Amino acid sequence: MATYTEYPPKGYRVRMSTYWWLDRWPYLKFTLREISSVFVAWFVIETLILLGALIDGPAEYARFQEFLRNPVMIALNVISLFFIVFHAITWFNLAPKAMAVRMGGKRVPALLISGPQYVAWAVVSAALAWLLLRG
Amino acid sequence: MHKRSNEPFVWLLFSAGGVVAALFIPVLLFLLFLAAPFGWVNPPSYDTVLGLAHSLIGRAFLLVLCILPLFHWAHRFRYTLYDGLQIKHLNEFVNTFCYGGAIVGSLVAIYLVFRLP
Amino acid sequence: MAEQIALEVTRFSPERDKVPTVQSFDVPLRKEWVVLDALNYVKDKVDGSLSFRWSCRMGVCGSCGMMVNGEPKLTCATFLTDYAPGPVRVEPLKNFPVMRDLIVEITDFLTKLSKVKPWLIRKKEKPLSEGEYLQTPEQLDSYKQFSMCINCLLCYAACPVYGLDPLFSGPAALALAQRYNMDSRDEGQSERLDILSQHDGIWGCTFVGECTQVCPKHVDPAGAIQQYKLTATQEWIKSMLMPWGGK
Repeated sequence: MATYTEYPPKGYRVRMSTYWWLDRWPYLKFTLREISSVFVAWFVIETLILLGALIDGPAEYARFQEFLRNPVMIALNVISLFFIVFHAITWFNLAPKAMAVRMGGKRVPALLISGPQYVAWAVVSAALAWLLLRG
Repeated sequence: MHKRSNEPFVWLLFSAGGVVAALFIPVLLFLLFLAAPFGWVNPPSYDTVLGLAHSLIGRAFLLVLCILPLFHWAHRFRYTLYDGLQIKHLNEFVNTFCYGGAIVGSLVAIYLVFRLP
Repeated sequence: MAEQIALEVTRFSPERDKVPTVQSFDVPLRKEWVVLDALNYVKDKVDGSLSFRWSCRMGVCGSCGMMVNGEPKLTCATFLTDYAPGPVRVEPLKNFPVMRDLIVEITDFLTKLSKVKPWLIRKKEKPLSEGEYLQTPEQLDSYKQFSMCINCLLCYAACPVYGLDPLFSGPAALALAQRYNMDSRDEGQSERLDILSQHDGIWGCTFVGECTQVCPKHVDPAGAIQQYKLTATQEWIKSMLMPWGGK
């Protein structure tokens, strides 16, 4: 006589492919967003190298500038810029979802949460540009 | 009763790093590593950059700029490895590589910022 | 001859088959027909053994969730003409074991749902003599969206984390936990947080966001989970700063 099991293992399971993130555009967009973190880390590494050059003096600083003109570095930094801007945009757009801000009983529209962040982004960027470029 | 996870700690670092990366990195990446080497803008001289960096505010800013985004990377990349490569079973190794890497990078950053002339 | 469209349906009979196969049926392409109508046409007129779940046929029971051309959909709410000239591929809901044809085993979800305690938890029950609980429209508004869930499991089919990690609680269970957390009558937030502030609870979620995209009732489970993460983090900070605090 067969034994009774409360939840007999049953059903046909399909194992998720390693390339699941290629199956649909939203998954690919998500994966690109997550990969952007690698380029964030790359920026930090570059900045640390820059600091090292600053410590070693003007000659080393000039050599670092020269190194940045190398085509491989240009390509890497252009790609990094795209990914980091992509990170910023997806980050600001997702923030309203995580915060259920209610004022006067009604949910604050998403634009009122992401909008100020874009403004802050513009202000901060302008300020840093001014600091670096005023000479 | 389950003990609540300490994940909020690393999630906070991830979020803070994400904000810092989103607000500050685009313009700095563009100016310092693309525009300046090519003279698209008046490239900031050694003295200008050092002047900004070695002030007290400059050093504090550099620490924030380097440390928090590294932890942002660590947390996000850890989950990318879990989900993208499905290597959850290697999770001790993944955690050590990611958060350990961020800690090492942070220590390097602290050292360099203090050594600025 | 009236217009027809090809319906490619997964067939799987565990007694007979080792792997699922695909069978194609030609069904009439009527402008007011949904995919569920096409499936019922096949079952009534062509092959009575085709097995699938459905009930209300109007998008409130959550029974008829299936993959239509690779997207999780309620078959009672998906028009055939949107896929003309076809073919329309109908497969069982992704990320769940297939029991037969288009029917999936959802016990895992039911277990995870009970785990989150989806009911009002009171420290002490209010006696009947004190009358009803009163709730303002604003208080209702703070959790109403999450209460619209019909347990159709389209979000689980869309969630890659659930597909990759069988221990993950999943979007609907977490959204329903939040529905009770946000209810002004509930006093069980701390109890639920103990259970859900874990890796297989809210922290497994990486905010892909597809669950919200496919939800037919606009529950926004992704939003619920991120809000819950914020709450959990606030509670964590409080417990770090004031470890002596009671629950």
